[in-house]
Amino acid sequence: MSLQALFEQTRGEGRAALVGYLPAGYPSVEGSKDMLAAMIDGGTDLVEVGMPYSDPVMDGPTIQLAADTALKQGVRIKHLFEVVESVSARGGRAVVMTYWNPVHRYGVDRFARDLAAAGGLGMITPDLVPDEAAEWLAASEEHGLDRIFLVAPSSSEERIDLTARAASGFLYATSVMGVTGARDKVGAGAADLVRRARVHTDLPIGVGLGVRSRAQAAEVAGFADAVIVGSALVTKAAEGASAVRELSAELAEGVRQPVSA
Amino acid sequence: MTERSPRSEHDPDERGYYGGKYGGRFMPEALIGVVDEVATEYDKARADPAFNAELKRLLRDYAGRPSLLTEAVRFGEHAGGARIFLKREDLNHTGSHKINNVLGQALLTKRMGKKRVIAETGAGQHGVATATACALLDLECVVYMGEVDTQRQSLNVARMRLLGAEVVPVKTGSRTLKDAINEALRDWVTNADTTHYLFGTAAGPYPFPTMVRNFHKVIGEEARAQVLEQTGRLPDAVAACVGGGSNAIGIFHGFIDDPDVRLVGLEPGGDGVETGRHGATLTKGTPGNLHGAMSYLLQDEDGQTMESHSISAGLDYPGVGPEHAWLKDSGRAEYRPITDAQAMEALKLLSRTEGIIPAIESAHALAGAIQLGQELGREALILVNLSGRGDKDMDTAAEWFGLVGK
Repeated sequence: MSLQALFEQTRGEGRAALVGYLPAGYPSVEGSKDMLAAMIDGGTDLVEVGMPYSDPVMDGPTIQLAADTALKQGVRIKHLFEVVESVSARGGRAVVMTYWNPVHRYGVDRFARDLAAAGGLGMITPDLVPDEAAEWLAASEEHGLDRIFLVAPSSSEERIDLTARAASGFLYATSVMGVTGARDKVGAGAADLVRRARVHTDLPIGVGLGVRSRAQAAEVAGFADAVIVGSALVTKAAEGASAVRELSAELAEGVRQPVSA
Repeated sequence: MTERSPRSEHDPDERGYYGGKYGGRFMPEALIGVVDEVATEYDKARADPAFNAELKRLLRDYAGRPSLLTEAVRFGEHAGGARIFLKREDLNHTGSHKINNVLGQALLTKRMGKKRVIAETGAGQHGVATATACALLDLECVVYMGEVDTQRQSLNVARMRLLGAEVVPVKTGSRTLKDAINEALRDWVTNADTTHYLFGTAAGPYPFPTMVRNFHKVIGEEARAQVLEQTGRLPDAVAACVGGGSNAIGIFHGFIDDPDVRLVGLEPGGDGVETGRHGATLTKGTPGNLHGAMSYLLQDEDGQTMESHSISAGLDYPGVGPEHAWLKDSGRAEYRPITDAQAMEALKLLSRTEGIIPAIESAHALAGAIQLGQELGREALILVNLSGRGDKDMDTAAEWFGLVGK
């Protein structure tokens, strides 16, 4: 099922989609397959499989530590595709989230080809802006992948427009200025950013950074098309699959009870 | 001395690429706005006579420019008898070339109306220079420094704190310069509204490689005039150490339009490039992006950054500025590795023949000059950028040579 079909479905149901993140290879390669399966069993609509990277400048301590652990255990790009394949094999939907250098080094077209072959639907690129993405725009067309770019509270109208035009699948709005990590409050700027972005695009808009609870998921579902959860799930992955399943189920309830802003 | 026209033929293209291939802005969208702000404000500043006059005044009356050009006669006897000239950036206030860029960017910070400055540092030279400029210009200063480096450069930590800066030891990754930059970027993305990231080398996203280079071009411009005055001719080669590459790009640019002058960058060869324990990015690296620009990089097959190794904290970095990548590919400059042992021998030699103790970073350039002199012979004239003084390296040198506790 494509991302477009997913968002048609969730919009039809009058709710937001739940998107959950976990790095491949955390707590181990096999363990990450189990955690992602638990995420999907708990009601996550789309999983982001992260590629651990040595220099994750957009990540806070939780995801840094998980990436470090995975890298120390020798996780490779081939394992990333193996994990994506495990998601698609059980009927789940997966996109990859990765810093740009691993893709560049692997070969952009080769990466896109192997991701599509594993059943991946697209890629989120936190440190690649459309201005630098010519190769990826071409490869994603060639291999039928969605390209999810980010917008931030600091993005100008011009840059939101440029980014939305280059994106497909959905647009990723970061709720606050800062790095990943669970927060008590999702930034007040999130709703404002989504409202600004809607002027420029009909694409679904997902909101990430800081969401960790059912109440926050419900709040974000009130103004966004997808609620994206990362660090809170990574923390649960350290406890085990049942903890991941429980939090996913709680968040899945949240996205079905949107609180109108 | 300072650029009048906003762009020169040696500037990158509008997207920040040198040679169409190296540079750019590989950054999170959240930082594009503030990076754009720096680019716009820098373009205005470099065309503003008042800004340039203020910078020139500080460089002269505060930093001590122009720095001297000293002929190293006795040292030259060990370099094939070649004439060796030292550009004495070690005599600048704070003891290295770093002050040139720091004063420029600190003035730019004021111009942008920002009150807080963050910086990364390896050896501590850039951190000390930044803390100094912030004290002078009344700016809040936070310096990120890898925990490993805070230990091997503890004296510089004390200097920064004495100057009123907050020093944050970084405990992630390899706990060195690369990780200090990561942590500074995380701070910047959180505090972009109030904060300028005073980046210390000629790397990072556009406009940093160009801006930092232009603030250091004064080294090459002075040296070219001084060497012509003292010898009546241009040097055969210019030697400078390259970590990120700021002092090298600054002195190279004085001679970039003199095709007969060889530009030679000396990289940290660590235990030897064949051992894998080194920081010789241009010699052994491959194209990739780290910290915002496409350039050469020490990376594995999956694009993970590899740890660099060098006795010199200031050169211990697995990336390099994008203009050096282009100068290598285009053939205008050449890059060679110098091992820890070769650098330390050159450090001792300069100390004993000239009474000048260089920084270990700069000792890589001196070791390169010895090689070049031996290759080129007695007729050769070689200019070396003595980018910093060695006071900060006394612990390392004492241990290396067994100078204390006998």
